[in-house]
Amino acid sequence: MTADLAREVIALTVEHLVLVGVSMAIAVAVAIPAGILLTRRAPLQGWVLGFANVMQTVPSLALFGFLIPLPFIGGIGKHTAIIALVLYALLPVLRNTLTGILGVDPAVRESAIAMGMTGRQLLWKVELPLAARTILAGVRVATVTTIGTATIAAAIGGGGLGVFIFRGLASVDSTLILAGAVPAALIALVADGGLGWVEKKLSPA
Amino acid sequence: MALCREPVDRRPGFHREPVNTIVSFRNVSVCLGRKEILRDLSFDVEAGETLVLLGRSGSGKTTALKMVNGLLCPSAGEVLVEGTATTAWHPIRLKRRIGYVIQEAGLFPHFTVAANVGLVPRLEGWTPHDIQARVHALLDQVGLPPAQFASRYPRELSGGQRQRVGVARALAADPPLLLFDEPFGALDPVTRVELQRQFLELRRRLGKTAIFVTHDVREALLVATRIALLHNGRLAVLSTPSEFLRAQGEEARAFLACLDSNVASS
Repeated sequence: MTADLAREVIALTVEHLVLVGVSMAIAVAVAIPAGILLTRRAPLQGWVLGFANVMQTVPSLALFGFLIPLPFIGGIGKHTAIIALVLYALLPVLRNTLTGILGVDPAVRESAIAMGMTGRQLLWKVELPLAARTILAGVRVATVTTIGTATIAAAIGGGGLGVFIFRGLASVDSTLILAGAVPAALIALVADGGLGWVEKKLSPA
Repeated sequence: MALCREPVDRRPGFHREPVNTIVSFRNVSVCLGRKEILRDLSFDVEAGETLVLLGRSGSGKTTALKMVNGLLCPSAGEVLVEGTATTAWHPIRLKRRIGYVIQEAGLFPHFTVAANVGLVPRLEGWTPHDIQARVHALLDQVGLPPAQFASRYPRELSGGQRQRVGVARALAADPPLLLFDEPFGALDPVTRVELQRQFLELRRRLGKTAIFVTHDVREALLVATRIALLHNGRLAVLSTPSEFLRAQGEEARAFLACLDSNVASS
């Protein structure tokens, strides 16, 4: 591996990490509060989960393509890629937040209310701690998926390790493809392991 | 019963009860959808007594219990706690003034025993020192030595121990009134008898008022100072345990019959 290639691998890896990091931060910031809100608004659950489900069924390359012609949010570049990645990451986090909180033993919730906890105390002291592990499992799945999907961002000028893969495909150069695929796979493994470790630590006692 | 008593002005907020009535049901009905759960229920609970709500599954006894601390509200009529309608109480204040024990204890699985017992004092803003002292005293009282149990988690306890923690938790902020919703229903017979004894012992020592829901007529006769038998959401019998043994009425006979068969088989 030449020094030039090595430098580029590092640069694109960093770019990839930024894409994934920003997308996941937005997805988590949207999906967890939305999931909490949905536990209080049962009639909306079907609609919102349905939307997130549909987003997930759109093939990723197509979703990137659909976003390009849209005004404001669309176009070529990183921000379009991030929007697409966020849309993908929403569902696992949202669904796990919902199932995590709804999965809290009704007897425990009832006794929390009967002890005189306020709605906020119920959420922060009981529901979120007990759902933390499930929510984090959703974040973990979404992160690993996003790391893979982010390679497609290169198709719309989003950069990241996908740049190598598309270049390698175009020039039929498997070294280049591997230069993109191997670091992406490693990132995914590390993220999976790391979040898995945190998940164990969070296990409700 | 209300009918036997002098009429008293019970306008909400008008006054504290002159008699020592802690809880008072006034023509309470509850409907969930089109189903009527309770129908025109009226009775009083005096300070220091243990009123047992006895009935089959679906008789409305748990619903009646949940009206007292405001987990449910009456569709018609009112429930007075210390002379004030539950709907006029601040919902959080009301709940923190009433201890609540449910089947399987409903302990918080992510809290230690000490944190479970100290929950209401913590919500009420006691100092950590006071909370710890109170928790240790309570654990001693329910027969769980703090040194051994305080830092355990609920999953590390037996069913009976969990239920003891549940009782200690309900007693934590020294509430004048305690509600028990089939607290010993899921326990084996031996543990159940132990806990019933402990209940009587605590009552003798603390003199708390209690409302106790059960479907077990023996348990009712053991712990009650008065028994209210509910049948299809109506009050079928309201009497002392000794009167209850002679009660007529179909539903009372049905419960007393299962007492006979229990005796016969044991």
